[in-house]
Amino acid sequence: MKRTIFSNQLLPWLLLAPQLAITFIFFLWPAGQAVRQSFLREDAFGINSSFVGLTNFRALLSSPEYMNSLQVTAVFAVSVTIMSMGVALLLAIAVDRMLKSARVYTTLLVWPYAVAPAVAGILWWFIFNPTIGVMPYVLDVVGYDWNHISSKTDAMLLVVIASAWKQISYNFLFFVAGLQAIPASMREAAAIDGAGPVRRFFDITFPLLSPTTFFLLVVNIVYAMFDTFGVIDATTEGGPAQATNIMVYKVYFDGFIGQNIGSSAAQSVILMLLVISLTVIQFRWVEKKVEY
Amino acid sequence: MASITLENVGKVYPGGTRAVGDVSIDIADGELIVLVGPSGCGKSTLLRMVAGLESITEGEVRIGDRIVNRVEPADRDIAMVFQNYALYPHMSVRQNLAYGLKNRGTPRSEIKRRVDEAAEILQIGPFLDRKPRALSGGQRQRVAMGRAIVREPAAFLFDEPLSNLDAKLRVAMRLEIKQLQKRLRTTSLYVTHDQLEAMTLADRLVVLNGGRVEQIGTALEVYRRPASVFVAGFIGSPAMNLLDARALPHLPGSAHAGTIGIRPEDLTVTPDGPIEFSVTAVEELGAQRLVHGLANGEAMTITQPSDATLSDNMRLSFDRGNLHLFNRETGRRID
Ligand SMILES: Nc1ncnc2c1ncn2[C@@H]1O[C@H](COP(=O)(O)OP(=O)(O)OP(=O)(O)O)[C@@H](O)[C@H]1O
Ligand SMILES: [Mg+2]
Repeated sequence: MKRTIFSNQLLPWLLLAPQLAITFIFFLWPAGQAVRQSFLREDAFGINSSFVGLTNFRALLSSPEYMNSLQVTAVFAVSVTIMSMGVALLLAIAVDRMLKSARVYTTLLVWPYAVAPAVAGILWWFIFNPTIGVMPYVLDVVGYDWNHISSKTDAMLLVVIASAWKQISYNFLFFVAGLQAIPASMREAAAIDGAGPVRRFFDITFPLLSPTTFFLLVVNIVYAMFDTFGVIDATTEGGPAQATNIMVYKVYFDGFIGQNIGSSAAQSVILMLLVISLTVIQFRWVEKKVEY
Repeated sequence: MASITLENVGKVYPGGTRAVGDVSIDIADGELIVLVGPSGCGKSTLLRMVAGLESITEGEVRIGDRIVNRVEPADRDIAMVFQNYALYPHMSVRQNLAYGLKNRGTPRSEIKRRVDEAAEILQIGPFLDRKPRALSGGQRQRVAMGRAIVREPAAFLFDEPLSNLDAKLRVAMRLEIKQLQKRLRTTSLYVTHDQLEAMTLADRLVVLNGGRVEQIGTALEVYRRPASVFVAGFIGSPAMNLLDARALPHLPGSAHAGTIGIRPEDLTVTPDGPIEFSVTAVEELGAQRLVHGLANGEAMTITQPSDATLSDNMRLSFDRGNLHLFNRETGRRID
């Protein structure tokens, strides 16, 4: 690595300034505000606020609505992760087998990743729209009455599909790279050792892919929990009856629509703690490189 | 235990590359055959066709008396040692050895017996519970061998198994492989690009060039009577001198041959020899030295004892029986 020596002490700081400013204005400052406000309660007019300690947190943890949101988030995050990783892995395995002609295929599969969550949400909202969408029509033929506006299950399915779809391309790329990194001779040796394709996958490929899988697991959970606001907002807005009101959406809803700043701030602090712990887990594991 | 027969075997890769053409080899039961040739001549392709890892596009491969063209690798009763060893990194050495047996439903006690026996033969007992990455290159090589021998297959296939080892270990392992093969008497097909390794290991060697067989024979046969200019230049170190017959019209046989070959060790310095030789460089090897020079404008190398006195211009003589004559058009040997 080449070391640059700055004769002017100010220049390095000037060069760093824009990035530091962005981090400070859009991350550190709001985060600090959230932590501060999570310990405050505003009066009904939003003029005065008073320190209330952990009251906001206590209220949250005893609120059935928040408990529901935790549960919904868990179901949502697990479903999105399994679905996006599962589909991506299947596609990656298919591509890995015929990588020569896979260029076009790979490029096509990467497109969804460039689509903003809200756009993805609207796209799927159209596809699944009970009156004008194409999927309810198809499902009707097989005898399923799709309606995500009234059915909790349908609503959850819709947001899961819309969120997972976008993430598949990202996962796919990592899985293809992971599969390509496994020497062909490893699978050939297993084939000679009498392992059929399925056994080969579970005994050799999957264990050797575990660092990639673990990395994606964390990334996808983080994505599902924190990065899907746009999808929810464009499709179900948390409904029906709170069925898709995941934690990030509830932060927004309680804070901006419900004007309950204290509770909203406490919720974001909890979310922040979750992100931090997931990140810590990830780094711990990456350091250990996943044992094999 | 089985013989292996290749009959007019050829391989055209999808996309049209011809890697192998019209190769016929009979490998007797218990024999060690070495495929040798320069990089890209199709050795690996041929071996992988026998293993079942590459489809056979022309001809027929038989293991024992069974045609295996359409048989899966697992069902060909062969074991293969890969150049990069291809050990399963997430399994211990013991699991690596046992994997093939486990997949075939071998009883546990039998697996243990065979793994322990192989570990004993290859002296890898102390490493059985380690993961491959905790082993040295040489130890990994042994584990790869162990994985082949526990299966007690009809044939071993080796694809340059020693090329990742340092020179000294390579020589030691070469000998061990030879001894092991003689002891187990398992039919073996061994691929290498190293002609010395090929000569020392092989019962018979198959010299390949451009996907075709140039010559099949024992090390001595190939060394003493190379069947073509290519074999003459490829087998033997230092390489045989291959001279254009037109440049040396006074040599016997030069009238009807295109190329005249003579090995450096078959040339002797004598005051009245027929070849005039001017020295351009000397390489010291310890026991002997290689003397490079020109004879009638043709590059030529001779070997001399390291205590011999050299002068810039010398005359060389040879025994007529040591000349190798090759056809100008075909490059094949003329007798
Ligand atoms: N999968 C493939 N598709 C197309 N051509 C291939 C493929 N594998 C090998 N070839 C070509 O076939 C020829 C023989 O290759 P092969 O690997 O058998 O050579 P080799 O003798 O083993 O060489 P080396 O000593 O370098 O390992 C080469 O020209 C190579 O480019
Ligand atoms: Mg090769």
